[in-house]
Amino acid sequence: MDKMKKQQKQQIEQEQYQKKVDSLTPKPPLLKNICWAFVVGGLICIFGQFLINYFIGLGLDKKQAATWATAVLVFLGAFFTGIGVYDELGKRAGAGSVVPITGFANSIVAPAMEFKREGYVFGVGAKMFVIAGPVLVYGMVTAFIVGLIYWIRH
Amino acid sequence: MNKKRGKQSVVFSNPPVITSTANIVGPMEGQGLLDQYFDYTMLDNLNNLDSWEQCESFMMEWAIKEAVNKENSTIDMIDCILAGDLLNQLMSTHFALKKLERPFLGVYGACSTMVESMLLGAMLVDGGFANKVASATSSHHDAAERQYRFPNELGAQRPPSAQWTVTGAGATVLSVFGHGPRITSATIGKIVDYGLKDPNSMGPAMAPAAVDTLWTHFQDTGRVPAYYDMIFTGDLGNVGKQLVIQLMQQKGLDISSNYQDCGCMIYREEQDAHAGASGCASSAIVFCGYIYNMLMNCKLKKVLLLGTGSLHSTTSYQQKESIPCIAHAVAVEM
Repeated sequence: MDKMKKQQKQQIEQEQYQKKVDSLTPKPPLLKNICWAFVVGGLICIFGQFLINYFIGLGLDKKQAATWATAVLVFLGAFFTGIGVYDELGKRAGAGSVVPITGFANSIVAPAMEFKREGYVFGVGAKMFVIAGPVLVYGMVTAFIVGLIYWIRH
Repeated sequence: MNKKRGKQSVVFSNPPVITSTANIVGPMEGQGLLDQYFDYTMLDNLNNLDSWEQCESFMMEWAIKEAVNKENSTIDMIDCILAGDLLNQLMSTHFALKKLERPFLGVYGACSTMVESMLLGAMLVDGGFANKVASATSSHHDAAERQYRFPNELGAQRPPSAQWTVTGAGATVLSVFGHGPRITSATIGKIVDYGLKDPNSMGPAMAPAAVDTLWTHFQDTGRVPAYYDMIFTGDLGNVGKQLVIQLMQQKGLDISSNYQDCGCMIYREEQDAHAGASGCASSAIVFCGYIYNMLMNCKLKKVLLLGTGSLHSTTSYQQKESIPCIAHAVAVEM
């Protein structure tokens, strides 16, 4: 009985402390972050659209042009990660530079660079997908489920 | 004579002297608020070595050697070295100590390691088991970041409550005789866990541990906060510091006038470190530089240094466990 009371008291104390912590912890500057994310994410997407239009202008069809544009964006994401710029952008832009495909490139190149010292097999090879891995796994699972629904309905 | 006082404290009968200290930091710390109190500032976070871990080992080795040099003795005169760092299996420490070839005891207390090793070192010296003990610790921003969080080049946004792991190392030499401030008493902390889980906000998690040790220290020794010219905690940051003041006030002790946190003393506002500094080296570089200097120049006479450590791991965090925390205290008097 005493033990239970003590536990209860402890829990109340912890909850009160959590409230105090929440009230003192600085909140992220939401509006500023959203603006940065909107502008940077938007610019990346506009650049992507520009690439697609450019490739269509060269005579590719729409699907091919989109593939080419993706390849260029992935390369640029990797390149700017390599020269140490992309993380500086991500610090401010947040989701704006994470969500476009350049962010995906960043999430693969960053660990690959970092774990090069552990060798090409257990370093680069194994650690390359620590961040992007879950995206791939659940992307494929979702694609499978959607495919299954599509197959049942037709 | 029994040196134990109260529940968790000791009062030394032959207080060990801190005969010298040394510190070394990375470039970001070198541009910070305490720039004039560092012995050596590296030009970059690699210092021409192959990895961040090697760089951290180098810093620790350098700090120990420099501390020994400063008091004109040789490394052979050190009877025992107590040291630790943040990396798994104390990697940097072990590789640093490999080259020094001295008796060594590894210490892990996360960011409380500096105080923990000083506390144990003082016990060895006062107990007559050693004449000279070196205690040291190090941390490296990039090495810690890759172990505890994300790769450094990943474009992730840090929340404002996050703290910046210090790149640096500090070492002290404790002797039976000599000139310098003495470690007069110490309080060994116990693990305190208030159920906080966010590893991006460690100051608030550690604050209750700091308060517990502070309170116990005053109870055990019969001292009051005003006894000390300054009370320093290791790396609670802006939020944790406010919490400590508030929690102590709840217990009826006012420490707002003579309390500071080492984590709030290192970086300038515009350096974008957010809530302050953290890491083993936070308390180490501040104590081994600024505080030691103030003591030697008699600008401070009685100082209580609390090392605060959050003892979580990446595994415990991923398994949704809360963050167990600890704080140890040493009283240093001139």
